[in-house]
Amino acid sequence: MSCKKLLQASVFIALLLLSQFAYSQNKTITGRVIDPRDGSAIAGVNVTAKGASSGTQTKSDGTYSLTVGPSVTTLVFSSVGFATLEVPISGRSTLDVSLAINNTSLEEVVVIGYGTRMKKDLTGAVTSVTAKDFNRGTITTPEQLIAGKVAGVQITSNGGAPGAGSTIRIRGGASLNASNDPLIVIDGVPVDNGGISGSANALSLINPNDIESFNILKDASAAAIYGSRASNGVIIITTKKGKGGKPKFNFSTQYSISTLPKRADILSPSEFREYVNSHGTPTQIDLLGDANTNWQDAIYDNSGTTDNNLSVSGSLKNLPYRVSLGYLNQNGILKTGRLERTSASINLSPRLFNNHLRIDVNLKGSISKSRFADEGAIGNAIRFDPTKPIHTNSKSYGGYWEWLDASSVTGLLELAPRNPLGLLEQREDNSNVKRSIGNVQFDYKLHFFPDLRVNLNLGYDISKGQGTVYVPDSAANAYRRSPDGQHGGVNNRYLQEKSNTILETYLNYTKDIKSIRSRIDVMAGYSYQDFLTTIHNAKKDPNGILYQKPDGTLTTTPTSGDRWTPYFDYTADGVLISGPTFPFDKPQNRLISFFGRVEYTYMNKFLLKGTLRRDGSSRFSKENRWGYFPSASFAWRLKEESFLRNVNFLDELKVRIGYGLTGQQDGIANYGYIPRYSLANGQAQYQFGSEYYDLYRPDGYNPNLKWEQTTTYNLGIDYGFLNNRITGSIDFYIKKTSDLLSEIDQSAGTNFSNKIIANIGDMTNRGVEFTINTQPVTTRNLVWDLGFNFTYNENEITRLTLVNDPNFPGNLVGGIAGGVGSTIQVHTVGYPKSSFYVYKQVYDKNGKPIEDLFEDINRDGAITVDDLYRYKSPDPRVFMGAYSNVIWKNWSAGFSVRANIGNYVYNNRFSNTGVKRNIIDPLGYLANGSRNVLETDFSGDGDRYFLSDYYIENASFLRMDYFNIGYNAGALAGKGTNLRIAANVQNVFTITKYRGVDPEVQGGIDNNFYPRPRIFSLTVGLDF
Amino acid sequence: MKKTFLQTGLLTLVCLILIQSCTKKLDLFPTNDVTSEVVYSTPAGYKQVLGKVYGSFALTGNQGPAGNGDVQGIDEGFSDFYRLFWKAQELSTDEAVITWGDVGIQDFHNMNWTSNNSFLTGLYYRSMYQITLCNEFIRQSTPEVVAGRGITGADATAIAQYAREARFLRAFQYWVLMDLYGNPPFATEATAIGGPPPPRITRSELFTYIETELKAIENEMPAPRTNEYGRADQGAVWALLARMYLNAQVYTGAEKYTDAVTYSKKVIDAGYELIDDYRWLMLADNHQNTEEFIFGINYDGLHTQGFGGTTFLTHACVGGSMPAGTFGISGGWAGLRTTKNLVNLFPDVNGTADKRAQFYTPGQSLEIANVTTFTDGYPITKYKNVTRTGANGSSQDYSDVDMPLFRLAEMYLIYAEAVLRGGTGGDVTTATGYINLLRTRAYGNTSGNISSAQLTLDFILDERARELYWEGFRRSDLIRYNKFVENTYLWPWKGGVSSGSGVQAFRKLYPIPSRDINSNPNLVQNTGY
Repeated sequence: MSCKKLLQASVFIALLLLSQFAYSQNKTITGRVIDPRDGSAIAGVNVTAKGASSGTQTKSDGTYSLTVGPSVTTLVFSSVGFATLEVPISGRSTLDVSLAINNTSLEEVVVIGYGTRMKKDLTGAVTSVTAKDFNRGTITTPEQLIAGKVAGVQITSNGGAPGAGSTIRIRGGASLNASNDPLIVIDGVPVDNGGISGSANALSLINPNDIESFNILKDASAAAIYGSRASNGVIIITTKKGKGGKPKFNFSTQYSISTLPKRADILSPSEFREYVNSHGTPTQIDLLGDANTNWQDAIYDNSGTTDNNLSVSGSLKNLPYRVSLGYLNQNGILKTGRLERTSASINLSPRLFNNHLRIDVNLKGSISKSRFADEGAIGNAIRFDPTKPIHTNSKSYGGYWEWLDASSVTGLLELAPRNPLGLLEQREDNSNVKRSIGNVQFDYKLHFFPDLRVNLNLGYDISKGQGTVYVPDSAANAYRRSPDGQHGGVNNRYLQEKSNTILETYLNYTKDIKSIRSRIDVMAGYSYQDFLTTIHNAKKDPNGILYQKPDGTLTTTPTSGDRWTPYFDYTADGVLISGPTFPFDKPQNRLISFFGRVEYTYMNKFLLKGTLRRDGSSRFSKENRWGYFPSASFAWRLKEESFLRNVNFLDELKVRIGYGLTGQQDGIANYGYIPRYSLANGQAQYQFGSEYYDLYRPDGYNPNLKWEQTTTYNLGIDYGFLNNRITGSIDFYIKKTSDLLSEIDQSAGTNFSNKIIANIGDMTNRGVEFTINTQPVTTRNLVWDLGFNFTYNENEITRLTLVNDPNFPGNLVGGIAGGVGSTIQVHTVGYPKSSFYVYKQVYDKNGKPIEDLFEDINRDGAITVDDLYRYKSPDPRVFMGAYSNVIWKNWSAGFSVRANIGNYVYNNRFSNTGVKRNIIDPLGYLANGSRNVLETDFSGDGDRYFLSDYYIENASFLRMDYFNIGYNAGALAGKGTNLRIAANVQNVFTITKYRGVDPEVQGGIDNNFYPRPRIFSLTVGLDF
Repeated sequence: MKKTFLQTGLLTLVCLILIQSCTKKLDLFPTNDVTSEVVYSTPAGYKQVLGKVYGSFALTGNQGPAGNGDVQGIDEGFSDFYRLFWKAQELSTDEAVITWGDVGIQDFHNMNWTSNNSFLTGLYYRSMYQITLCNEFIRQSTPEVVAGRGITGADATAIAQYAREARFLRAFQYWVLMDLYGNPPFATEATAIGGPPPPRITRSELFTYIETELKAIENEMPAPRTNEYGRADQGAVWALLARMYLNAQVYTGAEKYTDAVTYSKKVIDAGYELIDDYRWLMLADNHQNTEEFIFGINYDGLHTQGFGGTTFLTHACVGGSMPAGTFGISGGWAGLRTTKNLVNLFPDVNGTADKRAQFYTPGQSLEIANVTTFTDGYPITKYKNVTRTGANGSSQDYSDVDMPLFRLAEMYLIYAEAVLRGGTGGDVTTATGYINLLRTRAYGNTSGNISSAQLTLDFILDERARELYWEGFRRSDLIRYNKFVENTYLWPWKGGVSSGSGVQAFRKLYPIPSRDINSNPNLVQNTGY
């Protein structure tokens, strides 16, 4: 026995004796610590006796047992991420405790690019949102978990369809024509956010229940490690991992009902009759029918959704794991639409060689089966004549009432709207999308040199989307649509595959140099990512549908074993309408990167960080493809200074300054720099003599394409007061994008396209973000969390063209309904992007707009397009979010509200349907419209009225996203179990002056918007 | 320990190898596209690109009917060459009114178009696009380049002919720009793709350039009516020269009526004849009209689909109580009608005497109280997607009707007008004879024939309207006769006034689109805009 071991043994014996001695006078307190929000056990909570040295930690099931001396009257419970709680013993021997979450613990681990940091060590603007703070309710797509939670991050759902995605904008969006979407990294795999055929939203293929945290890198000093893809911020999503120990099961089931919160305000059948009678000619009045149909009622219905999730996590010997299964069955409020998603995920996190080798395996897979409702029915339900019945007694057109024209080949009135319910019920648009994201990450801390880590990450993101669209030949909207007018319906298939792969590796050296009270952290790495999409089309064939034999050859006479190949556009009975030119297309792009980071911390007080990334993209020519993206940041923890260290009410005060350069190249074509010829399809041939030729076209290109670059400056302050019961941060930022990838006019005659993506233009976003999270009350029985965030962002285009011509209005964008090719927005220097570009309406003395009377802004005596002016923008200047959660004993209640201020919307429904020309259509049919027509009495003639600023409405709003009540029934189902019940209302109310159905319209043009449902849900969760 | 060390070493090595091999992988090329070297490696490839050079007159992009457009910044259906050209030449005159509310379209009636008008911008870019295609083709077709690709003999000869046709098509598009915009940018095969903005060319310089180009290829083009259907020949070159010379005074200030007589006569003497029935001109099977058509644009309901050209003309004029089925289309677009000025040029509305009068009157009023009401004004039934025998075209949605850009009747009218305006080399008697050929066909007999004394300039303007209405001539004709902007000749809604009103003289030229002024510092905006 060596000396050392002898010593250890004697100390042990001494302690044992001591404890035996103590035992006789002390008492043991046991209990269980839970998270009141979901009733789950909290492991690893430090339980200490106040004023004494004894202490212990809770086990994985949350239980503890602590022996304390007689003088001890209070126990102190503390854990990272939770508010420290002191509980008087009061003579009890069992103390069950629920700990309130402390939102901004300084010890909280935040995931940054290629590593993690504690919150106190951050130098950039990074916000972390973990599962406990996620939004509640029926959330089927991950990003909605954090809508309204993060200052500077605006998440707008793209409508109420099952699985619909959202538009995410971080600090206003840095690009014009390149993508404004942030980079999304899931467990180390930067994913393809581009979507796939058959799925409304790529992120909806991830089960939100598997997500542990979102970490949002907002400023460039944080995001620049992702270099060329970080201009619009980075969202790092981490999924839940196994926590070790015995298997713990979690089962939750949710049932919800979605309802339509508001109908579009259109003429009632009697108002409609009155309008037609007073405005129509006798022929037009004769078109009125006898029915009273509410078409909106006909197409919408309350719909049910179930969401079931089962997960188990634990450890198999030394192999921590988590396995989860999810099943979602969601029906849309628009009839016929639904989404059925089955998802599974497996996380394995073995730690080998005494924790030297950490391996993380993440595998996620989902199968989504959707039926897409024809959203054209939404607009048609508003426009369809309410005096017509839904069905007829005839068998024609599936028995749906339609506008007829006896002289036409189809028997239908060509341009009249089609029966809304017919559109829905006569279209089977089914898709089946499989997606799997996975990676294995090895992190090896060298045995011989433990300061150095080697990390290797191999990942993939593959998906396959396929589907069929079938419309019977009796359906009016595809009736006899073949060129010869003999065949109708639709019978189309599609297939698309995506295969993205990534290899990343880096070395990380960390060293605490105590002698100079410093710490250094150096990282250098390499990344290779390949994005490949395969779009399958069968080659056109005059003989019919092609099948693929096992050897890959194509045939029109299939035998057993041949599989169908996707094809382009056929009628229901298989007559080709238009065929693709090639059997498949494989757009592809690659990124190769080298990156590095150096961090230096002095006295735990000064933090200095620099990063550099060099990215190469296949989207640019050899000369332009490499770009450098540096960043530098500095933080000063004032709290660590001697003059503040003893200020007790202050827990944290940190100033951050950051600078960084990021790039963007997503959202543009893959091969824009290459001169190339493309072949036209079979409907774009040209005849010489008696022969039709396939045509080759030289395509426009820009050999000088290069990176768009955004320079960001950020100044931030983090603060924490009163034992961190008040925490938050404030950030000021300026983002300047230069060499904007914008679609600009080419000088005529110098390219094969008159508009081309080129690096011309500058744009600035500047703003302020403010966050405060508080815990006004934290007592044993009552905990109240209250938080608020505020963002101000202003966007301005500062340069757009090479030559600065004052007469140039800018680039017109924002297509609207009303006049083919009409636009309502413009990008102009000196204004926010997508500002509305409209005529200034003149009103009569009663405030009624006078049709076609506008202000002659340039005073040239005529109203021309030169009198259009820029008026407001669709982006809010200010947006805010607030939440409250109260936990009282086993009960909890919470809500979240969100507000946008200064966002404007073009009410395209008013302008397009609220005019006489729509209601009494010159093409010989009647159509319903917005009740706005009674206000304006507009005829709708001419090419100007719909560009009136009258239709630009202030769409500022306050919305309660959800209201939630929960009850934690505890071990109702037996020992070691925990039962929770929650009731939830989503989209509770919206306060706005906007007169359309919903003020929150991404892009600011309200036309055929799928209304966001109001959802009532009930959730039962059980841990066992 | 040792083992792990070895593993780490191996891992690092593998990574380094991967890094080395991967950096070279940033050169990617699209799967289905090809480089110019591949396209032009065969004579067939040359012809496919020539097909695009011609086809861009009829098509709006690489995917029929729409979806992959050639011209950006305008709705693809609107970006069609002939549709845009037709609107600019007809909607601004007494021949056509349109009901629609597409932004900028009513400017044509109101005669208050600006340099931001999307239709004028679209036409300008379409013409310049086609010129750019021609330039590229000409660059790729020089004898040296062709020989360098190993193409010789008859193939090389054919490609040299393709190149001459590309020069003709370029000249045609420059004529469009000269007539409508006056002073466009000037890009030739010497203008580099991605290079600096091309210089501006003035209207009279452009006249000289087009004339020089046409004369340079004149004698090397195939003889009239010997090239493939759809391709230009000597007749087309002469016809364009004749048209230019007739308008030379407008373009350059100098008269060239003698040249107009010379070149119209060349065409007339080349063996063309009028087809038997005027009402067969614009039908689905009008590819049969080769004796009268000199050169035109080929459309096909199955193979050459788009929303412009004759698809526009056959659909947009159908509305009101007009039965779509009888026009060979699935439904009308309820847009185009004409004013009483055109209707009143004919002896009767129904075409009883002059069969060229093709108006639809039931439910329609002659007077136009409201331009945007389809039943105000008479629709014209000249364009129909049915054959001579009444059968439907190959598609109900896209037209089979080919659009002649030059036909014999115009040459007769040019000859007559040039003679009356003092051109030498012709005579009034011959001219009257030519006009009477048109009128005999129109009336079915000689009852409508005129005497030499009746052949006046004003008569010719009216006769041009009767013969060529809705074929894209009217604006140029009214300008040549000083009746376009002046208040001496009015039509309903001219200048935005129901009884008609004159407008400022600068509107004889359309503005250079501000979008191009903005990207090309060499350009100068036309006076007045």
